[in-house]
Amino acid sequence: MTPGRRFRIYLLEARFQIVEAVREPMFAIPTLTFPLIFYLFFSVIMGMRGVSLTVPTYALATYGVFGVLGPAIFGFGAGLANERDTGVLLLKQTTPMPAGAYLFAKVMAALIFGAVVVAALFLMAAHAAGVALYRWQWFALAGVLLAGVIPFCALGLAIGAWARGRSAVAVVNLVFLPMAMLSGLWLPIYMFPDVMQDIALALPAYHHAQLALKVIAMDAGQPVPMHLAVLVAETLVFLAVAALGFRRADSFSMRRSR
Amino acid sequence: MQAGPQQDHTLASLSRVTHRYGPVVALDGLDLEVRRGEVLGVLGPNGAGKTTAISLLLGSLGVQEGAASVFGRAPGAPEVRVRRGAMLQISGISANLTVHEHIELFRAYYPAPLPAARLLAMAGLEDLAQRRYGKLSGGQKQRVMFALALAGDPELLFLDEPTTGLDVDARHRLWSEIRGLRESGRTTVLTTHNLDEADALADRVVVIHNGQRIAEGTPAEIKSRTAGRLVRCVTRIRPDEVAGLPGVVEARTRGRHLETLTTQPEDLVRELLARDEALADLTVVAAGLEDAFLALTRSTK
Repeated sequence: MTPGRRFRIYLLEARFQIVEAVREPMFAIPTLTFPLIFYLFFSVIMGMRGVSLTVPTYALATYGVFGVLGPAIFGFGAGLANERDTGVLLLKQTTPMPAGAYLFAKVMAALIFGAVVVAALFLMAAHAAGVALYRWQWFALAGVLLAGVIPFCALGLAIGAWARGRSAVAVVNLVFLPMAMLSGLWLPIYMFPDVMQDIALALPAYHHAQLALKVIAMDAGQPVPMHLAVLVAETLVFLAVAALGFRRADSFSMRRSR
Repeated sequence: MQAGPQQDHTLASLSRVTHRYGPVVALDGLDLEVRRGEVLGVLGPNGAGKTTAISLLLGSLGVQEGAASVFGRAPGAPEVRVRRGAMLQISGISANLTVHEHIELFRAYYPAPLPAARLLAMAGLEDLAQRRYGKLSGGQKQRVMFALALAGDPELLFLDEPTTGLDVDARHRLWSEIRGLRESGRTTVLTTHNLDEADALADRVVVIHNGQRIAEGTPAEIKSRTAGRLVRCVTRIRPDEVAGLPGVVEARTRGRHLETLTTQPEDLVRELLARDEALADLTVVAAGLEDAFLALTRSTK
C-alpha cells in the first residue's frame, strides 16, 4: 500500500467516524452537553452567588477532564463493542483497511469531541464565569486535558474488548460515573473523607485531573512524575487487558460465525 | 503441491481442513476448490459449516488443521485482500452514514476501486445514494453490502447467504445482479441453504453436511440425487420390511406413521398398498431439505 493511499484511508476513516458520531444523538448530546450543563450549574451559578473565583476556576479543570473522558470511554468502549457485535469490524477486517486506521479514527473522534467540549468550557469560563488565567495557562490546560484522550481511549478499548453489545453501555456507565465522582471531577476531592481520597489514587481520572489542576496551581501537591507514572502504567495495563480480550474474542466470533 | 494446468484454474482452496469450536466439530476434513470464472454454490443446512469454511477463506478465522489458500497465498495476506470482496452475514453497518458515504469509505481501501456511480448502478442503488443506511429496507441494505463487496473490483467474491431474510422480489433482483458478475469474468463463492438459489446461480455445487463434503456436481446432478419423496402412512408394515425396496433411501417410524424416503414413490406406494389393505392416511410429499441432504448422505456412502 502506498503511503498516500494509507494516509487517505486514515483520514476518511476518521472523517466518517466523526460524522457518524455527530449524527448519533445518543452519543453526541450527552458527551457534548453534560459537561457544559454541569459546569454551568456547579460553577457559573454557584460562582455568581459567591464572590470567590476559586470554584469556577477549579471546576474548569475537573469538568474539562470529565468532558474529555466521556467521548473517549464511550466511543471506544460502547462503540467498539457495538461494531464487533454487528459484524462491521469482521467485514472491515476482510478488506485491506489497516487496523491502525480504525483505531486512529476512534482516537481522532474522541480528540475532536473532547476539543469541542474543552473549547466550549473555556468560552463559558472566560465570558460567563469570569475565570482569568494567563495565556500560557489556557494553552497548557487545553494541552493537558486533551492528552487525557490517550489513557481514556485505552480504558475504553479494554472495556470494548471484553463487553458485548448493549451490555457495554452499562459497563461503560458503571466505570465512567463512579470514576468521575471518586476522582473529584464533580466535587473537589479535598471535600471527601480520607478513605475516598485513597481510592482516588487508583483512578486514572484522578491523576489526570491533578495534572490539569497543577496548571492552575490548585492541585493536591503530589509530584507530577508520580501522576505521569501512574497514567502511563495504567494505560499499558488497559492495552494489555484489551489485547487479552481480543484474543479471547476469537472464540466468540467463531461461535457466532457458524 | 502438484504443478500443472489445474493449479492455474484454482483460485482458492481448502484442503483437509478440520475446525473445532471447543468440543463442536464444525469442519471435518473438508476439501473445497474454487475454480476461476465459476459461480460455486456451497450448499448445506444451517450449521453445516458453510460460514466457517468462508471465514477460513477470508482469513477471519485461523486454520487449525489442514491448509487454506487464496490466489496461492495465505487467505489473510494483504495481496489477497485487495483482489477479494466479501458479503458477510452481519447485522449491519453504521446506520448514520449514507449509502454513498459507506461506498466512498470502502472504495478508499482498494488501489483500483470501481467508480462509485458504477457500484450504485450495479447494486440498483442510484436513487438511494444520499439515504442513511439505517433508513433502508432489508433488501436495500443487502444491496449496499453487495456494493461494498464489489468496491475494490474484486476477482474473487464471497457471498455468505446473500439473500437470507429477503422477500421473493428482492431475492430475484439480487440473483440477477449475481448473474451479472460471472458475465464480467469474476469468480463467485456463494453459500446458501436454499436449493433453488444454488440451482438458479451456480455452475457447480458443493454440498456440505456436518462439516464434510457429501456431494459435488452441477446443480442438475445434485437435484437429480435429491429428488426424493417422503411417503407417510399408518400401516402395520415395519421400516425394515421396506428398507430393501428399490429407490428407498430411508424408512423410519414416527409416531403412528411409517415414513419412507424414496426416489421411486409410485413403486413404493403400489407395494405398500399391496402388502397392507388396512393402510390409511397416505400422503406423498416432496422431501424437505433435511431429507434431501439425508438422501445425499446415504447415496454417497
